[in-house]
Amino acid sequence: MELYMAIAIGVLFAVGLYLILSKSLLRIILGTSLLTHGIHLLLLTTAKLKTGAAPLLGEKAEAYVDPLPQALILTSIVISFGVTSFFFVLAYKAYQRLGTDDMEELRGNEDE
Amino acid sequence: MNNWVVLPLLLPLVTAVILIFLSKKVRLQRGISLVSVLINLAVTVLLVGQISRDGIQTLYMGGWLPPYGIVFVADMFAALLVLITLAAAAASLLFAFRTIGEKREQYYFYPFVQFLLAGVIGSFLTGDLFNLFVCFEVMLISSYALIVLGGTKRQLRETLKYILINILSSTLFVAAMAYLYGAVGTLNMAHLSERVAEAQQGGMLNSIAVMFLIVFALKAGLFLFFWLPGSYSVPPTAVIALFGALLTKVGLYALIRTFSLIFYHDQGFTHSLIGWLAAATMLLGGLGAAAYKDIHRVLNYNVIISVGFIAFGLSVGTREAFDGTVLYLLHDMIAKALLFLLGGMIISAAGSSSLNQMGGLIKTYPAAGWMFFITALALVGIPPLSGFAGKLLIVSGGISATDYWLTGIAVFSSLMVLYSLMNVFIGAFWRDDPMLPAVERKKWPAPVYVSVTALLIIVLGFGLGAEWVYSFAGQAGEVLSNPSLYIDAVLKE
Repeated sequence: MELYMAIAIGVLFAVGLYLILSKSLLRIILGTSLLTHGIHLLLLTTAKLKTGAAPLLGEKAEAYVDPLPQALILTSIVISFGVTSFFFVLAYKAYQRLGTDDMEELRGNEDE
Repeated sequence: MNNWVVLPLLLPLVTAVILIFLSKKVRLQRGISLVSVLINLAVTVLLVGQISRDGIQTLYMGGWLPPYGIVFVADMFAALLVLITLAAAAASLLFAFRTIGEKREQYYFYPFVQFLLAGVIGSFLTGDLFNLFVCFEVMLISSYALIVLGGTKRQLRETLKYILINILSSTLFVAAMAYLYGAVGTLNMAHLSERVAEAQQGGMLNSIAVMFLIVFALKAGLFLFFWLPGSYSVPPTAVIALFGALLTKVGLYALIRTFSLIFYHDQGFTHSLIGWLAAATMLLGGLGAAAYKDIHRVLNYNVIISVGFIAFGLSVGTREAFDGTVLYLLHDMIAKALLFLLGGMIISAAGSSSLNQMGGLIKTYPAAGWMFFITALALVGIPPLSGFAGKLLIVSGGISATDYWLTGIAVFSSLMVLYSLMNVFIGAFWRDDPMLPAVERKKWPAPVYVSVTALLIIVLGFGLGAEWVYSFAGQAGEVLSNPSLYIDAVLKE
């Protein structure tokens, strides 16, 4: 199972990076979003995928899952949700004001 | 256990929430935000006093003992940084009161500043890596908002790049954390330090360390600083001063903390890597500072030079160098805030940020001119001023560690600072060009003068009272050079 996860993470990373390297702002945002999804899977996988009861004392199970990566992923999802939505709004506003979503055209200084 | 430790974080957080509801009452917002920062300053002074008496203070959230619970650790290094952060923030706020514009004030400028403070202070005080990430994000998200607030075309354009870089580095941060957790199974910094020591820092942990180095270098502007000069020249002066004083320094703090507490076992590899990155940063920053005729650019490249210099202190890694690093870091935060405020005053007085379009300002603004001169000397490290003690300790640490090349570059970088800032001083204040239109003397509102004067007094006090400041900075350097002090304070109670 870890192997499949590793492949999935690799694919997400590759696609995310490919999108980030493109010119269009919308693709770049989608790329960052895919990249964070890859990271979340990575967090889940590094703690080893195992089955077990919820980590509560009353369960009296033989195996417990590690709660920490899940807490981390939850926090990270919330943060990436917030940042991505802010990025979308900013990109829209920038598109309105600057009249372009091409990163090539957003380079340099006006005084150079 | 000491509940005071969380108060510097809680105060700005609560203040920010209150301020959101008062968004249209500008005067009230000003008052509340300043009072909150001043109260916080008093709290932190008490905290520093406590630490100097009783050693490192910790707080286990909800009574959960480490390594399981969330822990807040205030050692001398963190507490001093919080103190300076608040001083710089108070000055920037005072400066902002009459210069930032009512429009921005109504669109949540003050709440964002408070959230920024909460993030910065949280990053200094937290004792585990994941909380460091969360506080980083709180700080970054408020900085995104602050940098774009106002929505001019340049701001929108530069913010897009700034956000993209920071999202990428945050993603890498989580990835590095995931690998580290997979490798040693904990995220509490003190516990991490023990586990990494047990596991013998080998190839795997070294590559994780390099990932952290990349992440923090991106945030601090160490070598990977290509995003910094553009992003830091678009927001209004008060915001740039806040950014220049705080944001890169949080990255540096994280760098110093991780590489003095967790990854210090293979110094031949990691620390010499940091050393060369620092040298490259100082040289490239120096070139940038010397090359531009635009005040924003010159000052931003000066931020980069000082980041390189502080990282050089970390790379030397002896007790003496750590003392110097702490001293220089504290001085740099205040001096950079002052420099950016004065730079903003020059720009708005001359109506342009290009040095070619100004001159002879010393006649109309003698006070601002001499203040700029003194700040420049302080940053270079001329003896009675604040930069001297830290610089001396770092350089002599570098010589005693026989890093002659890097030390030479570090000393040379001071010359670049001197050259670039004197260029600004001569260009803006001294040079009299009959071709230029005469500048009308502009009356600054009183809070502006209060804020720059207060910062100047701190800069002077730092230099004249170096012995006294050193007694605190030495305590911070002691913990940095001897990680077992930190570990014992957190894990054994």
